[in-house]
Parts: sequence; structure tokens; C-alpha cells
Amino acid sequence: MADLLNLKEWVAVLGQLLMFALAAPMLVAWVKRVKCVLQNRKGPSLLQPYRDLSKLLKKEVRVAHTASPLFRATPYLVFSAVLVAASTVPLLQVHLPTTALADVIVLVGFLALARFFLALAGMDVGTAFGGMGASREMLISALAEPAMLMAIFTLTMSAHSTNLSSVIQHVLDTGLLLRPSLLFALLALLLVAIAETGRIPVDNPATHLELTMVHEAMILEYSGRHLALMEWAAQIKLLLYGVLISNVFFPWGIAETATAPALAIGALAILAKLVTLGMVLAVSETLVAKMRLFRVPAFLNLAFLLGLLGMLSYVILETSL
Amino acid sequence: MTSNHRIHDFVSALAAAGALEPETLDEVAVPEAYVTVKSLSVEHWAEAARLAKAHGLRWAGCWADEVSTGYRLYVLLAANGQYVLLVAAWKEDDMPVPSQSTSYPAASRMERHMHDLLGIPWQGTTDTRRWTRHRAWEADQYPLRSNFPLQTDKTGHTPVDNHYPFEPIQGDGIYEIPVGPVHAGIIEPGHFRFQAAGEPILRLEERLGYVHKGIEKLAVGRDADSLVRLAGRVSGDSTVAYAWAAAMAIEQASGMAVSPRIQLIRGLLAERERVANHLGDIGAICNDVGFAFAHMQCQALREGWLRRNAEWTGHRLLMDVIKPGGIHCELSEDMRARLLDDHEQLRKEIRPLFDILDDHPSLEDRLLTTGYLSAATANELGVTGYVGKASGQNTDVRHDSPYGPYQNLQFSTATLEAGDVAARLAIRQMEIFSSLKLMQDMLEKLAQLPEEQMLEQDFPTPHVTGSLAIVDGWRGEILVFLRFDQQGKVVRFFPRDPSWFTWPALERIVLGNIVPDFPVCNKSVNASYSGHDL
Repeated sequence: MADLLNLKEWVAVLGQLLMFALAAPMLVAWVKRVKCVLQNRKGPSLLQPYRDLSKLLKKEVRVAHTASPLFRATPYLVFSAVLVAASTVPLLQVHLPTTALADVIVLVGFLALARFFLALAGMDVGTAFGGMGASREMLISALAEPAMLMAIFTLTMSAHSTNLSSVIQHVLDTGLLLRPSLLFALLALLLVAIAETGRIPVDNPATHLELTMVHEAMILEYSGRHLALMEWAAQIKLLLYGVLISNVFFPWGIAETATAPALAIGALAILAKLVTLGMVLAVSETLVAKMRLFRVPAFLNLAFLLGLLGMLSYVILETSL
Repeated sequence: MTSNHRIHDFVSALAAAGALEPETLDEVAVPEAYVTVKSLSVEHWAEAARLAKAHGLRWAGCWADEVSTGYRLYVLLAANGQYVLLVAAWKEDDMPVPSQSTSYPAASRMERHMHDLLGIPWQGTTDTRRWTRHRAWEADQYPLRSNFPLQTDKTGHTPVDNHYPFEPIQGDGIYEIPVGPVHAGIIEPGHFRFQAAGEPILRLEERLGYVHKGIEKLAVGRDADSLVRLAGRVSGDSTVAYAWAAAMAIEQASGMAVSPRIQLIRGLLAERERVANHLGDIGAICNDVGFAFAHMQCQALREGWLRRNAEWTGHRLLMDVIKPGGIHCELSEDMRARLLDDHEQLRKEIRPLFDILDDHPSLEDRLLTTGYLSAATANELGVTGYVGKASGQNTDVRHDSPYGPYQNLQFSTATLEAGDVAARLAIRQMEIFSSLKLMQDMLEKLAQLPEEQMLEQDFPTPHVTGSLAIVDGWRGEILVFLRFDQQGKVVRFFPRDPSWFTWPALERIVLGNIVPDFPVCNKSVNASYSGHDL
């Protein structure tokens, strides 16, 4: 258990927060870049999302006159909630004081909080698109959350803890052992991550068709720094899921002690994992078209089923081990 | 019963009903091989439509024209490549004209357009709302009448058009989604009013007219050259088809023959336009369901195609290449060889791409059964082009009423019965292959004809007052009606885009689909805003 009053550890937490915020646009850019290459295009520079964000941050904010204070507050709420959620996912090192304070259920809770305000803000202005986006987002998240919890419970059952650090430590300790429960949980979490971060085939982040949007429809009325925060929060969320999946299922390389060489190896390891994961995402997004909206429940039910199978296979096959 | 008989029987039935006027009203030049002109008495206007419907004719458009003694009303009816043009005289103190929209629903918007622009009053119609008029001019002003100035002194903002009475649906949980005319993407403006219960669409009502440019009025007073240039701007993506149709109407009215070589080159241009647009559409349909890969490949192919256009004619979209009596650019032997290479290259590249599209489960899941248009509805609305062909309507002017180069070329048209987005995509794919085959044949024929000198010749003054030309644009059947004064200047220009029929078809296509599937339905129809709003 980490010492809650150790200043050095809290510096590490702040450093991780900063890294999450700064690296998030890069992951989005990387996925886009790989997708462009797969489509025989050149693709924008990896710095493009940073340029876009800084442009938006400098721009004037326009707010509809029907908007309530909630509409103005939401970008800050969403951004902070996602960032706090990110602080509970070990990035470079296993043990962080935040993971002791907030377990994986709190992580899901913070993401739900962000989504709650996002959906409210979508409906706040009173345009048809915002309401439509909010209703679709709720449909998706109502199905994604149980699936995610089911996958996570599988993990926590085998680690006997809901603390992410302990889960990772457990996977590290048990070594490279192919366990069906982990495999099922991984597949479930991958599907949930796609739905929760609004990627193809559930949502299309690149679309300009207002009638098909989910996430984009909710933020359609935002501009300037508000929009920048919303976009940035979405990018951090993608990174959060990327890191969660990489570090929980493939934890090798993550620093178990806070020494400089261990952290450096941890940084290289997570970079390599994210680069690979980004490529997998880009390939899968190139290969499939977006699903019809009413197929999304089936997609997420599959995720739930996989989570359930993971848990069952843990109970049946692995508890006797 | 052959088509000839159908038109013939219809005309006999009209005569038996006493609806035909004994003498010809005005002289209208038409392609005589497949168009007959008859004069109708105006009180039998609706009766004629009822009879036509009973004889299974397709309603292909109506328009009106102001002459010194009053107004002329025109309606074109068709059956398998044969047409009959009915002309009727109407005066302002006559009774309102009985509407044909009760027999042919597609007539409604064209009649409303005629009312907004020329003040033709209709009787017996269910829809008297304005259509083209967006409050840019007053309700009692009719821009196409000769007393309306070509240049108005009106400046400043047009009043906001926010009280258009959409038809409401009432009930628990039913809500409205207003979309457009300003969209999130860069597309043409149009307003769509959805009524939905959850995601399924209960009703869609279109509100168009945002790109009304006054093309019909702008044509007044133009000479032949300038009119063809204007026609090329009715709808930018169909510039060849419109310019060709306008040139054909002018040539017909002045009795001018066009050499076979020029005909072939015009055909080549039209087919190039078709291929470019179909390539763009195939990609765009895939992009609308989030399959960006196909979009990018099609964009790249289309771009190469357009660059060749620019190299050959100086314009990527082939604008202003056709002129009355001829064309502006010859086809050199060197360019001919390059075009042949291009075709071979395109064939090689689209085969594997189309194979991917045809056999891609996640794409099939989105496109099959989406946006279904039944053959009966397509027939009722008189839809032509790929939308019609995907719903079992085998109409292709090139094949059924061959004009210019198509008279001597063999090709077959394909139809599908499925009527969904996938079928409209498949028809486009087939049309690309058949266009490639046609272009191949055209280029072979061109090799045997010597290059011609493009002389700046004086164009003969049109000596017939009216003229009607029908061509097949990439969207479907296009009509151009022209009337000239004694000096050969244009006094009336009416281009009828196939979109007049595909827009109403779209309203029916989306029924029972969910809101997020509207964009792909819309893209699969890809009706023209500009060609419709005029």
C-alpha cells in the first residue's frame, strides 16, 4: 500500500496527469495517420491535433442565447472528470497513491459523471441534434457500462481486488499464463472501449453528417475553448482506454519501483504498446463500415456476453488452480 | 402492346374525348422519330392526365410559357422511349387550370413552380403552398412574366422564410427534426423536416428552392452561344448533358446538322461526365456509412479522370466545351490514345475495388434493404436514371430514344428490382462499365473520321419558335425547352432536371428507415438542388 502522505508519489501522480493530457492528442493523430496510410493517403502531421487545440483555445467562445450556465460549466466538468479518471490508471508505474484512493469502480463512475454532463449539455441548448446525440449516447452507455463492469469484475475476481495497481501486480506476478478468463475480459473491454470512445463501427469521429452523429452531435453547439476542452477530453478518454487495456492485460515493462531506469523502461513499454494498439484500431476502422445504430445493442451485448463468459470461465476453470 | 401503340391509343382516346384542338398552336421543333406534338384544349388538362395514367404513360414534366396572346402550357408524356407533347393555350381571364397532380403526384411541385414564377392558377390540387418562392418577391409578382424586370432594383436582405406550413403529425412521443438549409458538411442547401418517433422516420418533408438563381429569367434575351453557356450552369455536375441538350434544341430549331465526328465527341464528353459522377457517388455512399477506404480510392480515381478532362478540354468538369453547332476542342490522335489507356487503367483499378464493395459484410449490412423504393412507387413518380433503374424502371434515353452518336452504338441497359441503396450503388457500377464500353466504341469510330477544323461560323438564326430536346444526363432524363423570337434570341428556357422526380422519391424512400440512415439514402439518390431550384 502506497504511503498517502509521500510527496514524491504525488509528484508522480501530477506527472502522470500531465503526460495523459499532453500525449492524448498524439494517440489520436497516430491512429489517423495509420488510417491515412492504409487508404493510400499521406495523412496530417502528428502535431495536427495540437495545432487544432491551440487554435480552438485562442478562438472566441460563442454560446447560444438559449444556453443555461450548465452549458458553460460542462466543458470544465467533463475535462476534469476525465482527467481525474485518467489519474487512477497506472501509466508508467504500478503503484500510485491515486489507485489506492480510487479503485476501478470509481474510474467507471468518473467516466459516467463526464458522460452525464455531456448528455445534459447536449440537450441544454434545445436543438434537435443535441437531443438526438444525447439519447443515442445514453442508449450506448447504458449497454456499455454493464459490459465494462462485467469485464472488470472478471479481472478483479482473479486478482481479489478492485484496485487497479493490485490487478496489474497480480497479472505481473502470475506471469505469462494464457487464461481464458483474461482473454474473454480483454475482448469484452476492447469492444466497450470502441463504443465508449466513439470509434467506428459504433460512431464515426470524422463524420460531417449531423443526422448520424452521436458524440459529435452533443458538442455541435460548442465553440472556442469549450470545444477544445471537449475534444481534448475525448482524446484523453481514448488514451485512458488504451493505457487501461495495455497495462492490465499486457503489463510487462511497467515500472514496479519509482527509479529512473524503471520509469524509462515503463515509458518505452507503454509507447510501444500504444503504437501497436493504435495500429490495431486503425486497421479495424479501415476494414469495417459503421454499424447501423440499432446494431449497437447487439455489439455491446456481445461485449457483455464475453465479460460474462470470462467470469464463468474464471469460476469454473481457474478457481481450482 | 408496344409503346408506339400506347401513345397512339392515348392520342386516339384524347381525340375521342374531344380534348384535342384541330389546329396546331405553335410550331415546336422536336426529334420527330420519337416525339409527337398535339394541341389540347385547356379544360381537358386534367382529363388528359387521367387518360395518360390509364394508358400507363410516364409523366415527364410540365412547364408554361408567356406568349403575346396569353400563356402556353406544355406537358410531356412518355412510354418506352416514345413521347407525346401536349400544348394548351390559357388566358388570364380563363378558369384556373385543372391540376394533373391528382393523377400524377410528381406534377404537384412543378405546378407550384409554374404558379410561383408565371402565376398559373391551379384547380383541384391538394397543395397550393408556394414552392420556389421564398419571399424574395411578392406573392402577386411573377418573375417569368414579361412585365417583371430582368434586373430588379430591390437590394438588401430577403425576408426570412420561416413560416412555411409544413404538414404536422401529432401524437405522443413524436418530435420534429429540422435539418438545414445550413448543414454540418459542405453540401448544397436544402431543408429537411423529419417527423420521427424515436429513431424511425414517420415523415420527411423537403423544402427546396434555396439555390433559386432565376436561370429561366436569366436566359431571356440571350443568343445561342450564351444560352448554351448558361445551360451548362443549370447543375454543375451535369454541365455536359445540359449544354448538349440546349445545343441540340438550338440546332433542331435552326435546322442545322451536326457532323458524326462532333456527335461522337459530345457522346464521349457525356460519358466521361457520367463516369466521374458515378465514381464520386460510389465513394460518397460508402463514406456515409463510415467506410472511408472506398471513398478515398474512388476520390483518387475520379481525380485522375478529372485531370485528364482538364488536360484535354481545359476544364476539369468539362464546362463550356459544347457550343451550338459544335464543340470547342478537338480530339487529337495523341489524346485519343491517352484516353484509351485511361479506360484500360480504370477498368483494371475498379474491378478489385468493386469486388471489395460487393463482398463486404459490414457494408452489406448497411446498404442492403436500406432506403427501399418499390417499383410501383418509382413508376408512379416517373423516376428515371439510376434511381429508376434500381427499382425496375428501364428508362434510358440513350437506348430508348437514341440521339446523336447513340443511334449507331450497341449497348444494353441493366435494371435491378431490389430498389435499395445497394441496388442504386450496383447500377452505378454497371453504368461505369457500360460507359467504358461505349467510350471504347466511340473512340474506335473516331479513329476512322478525320479531324475537323473548328471554324468560327455564323450560326443560323433559329427559324422555329419552340424547340424541345431530350438527352440522358448521368442522373437520368433531361429535357430542355427553348423558344426564340424573330431575331433568334431566347424568350423562354426551361430545363427539367430528373431531380424533380427523385426528390419526391426520396421522401418515400426514407419511410420506415431510421434517422441516422437518412444521409446514405439521400446520397444514393443524390438529387440535384441546383437543377431543381433553377
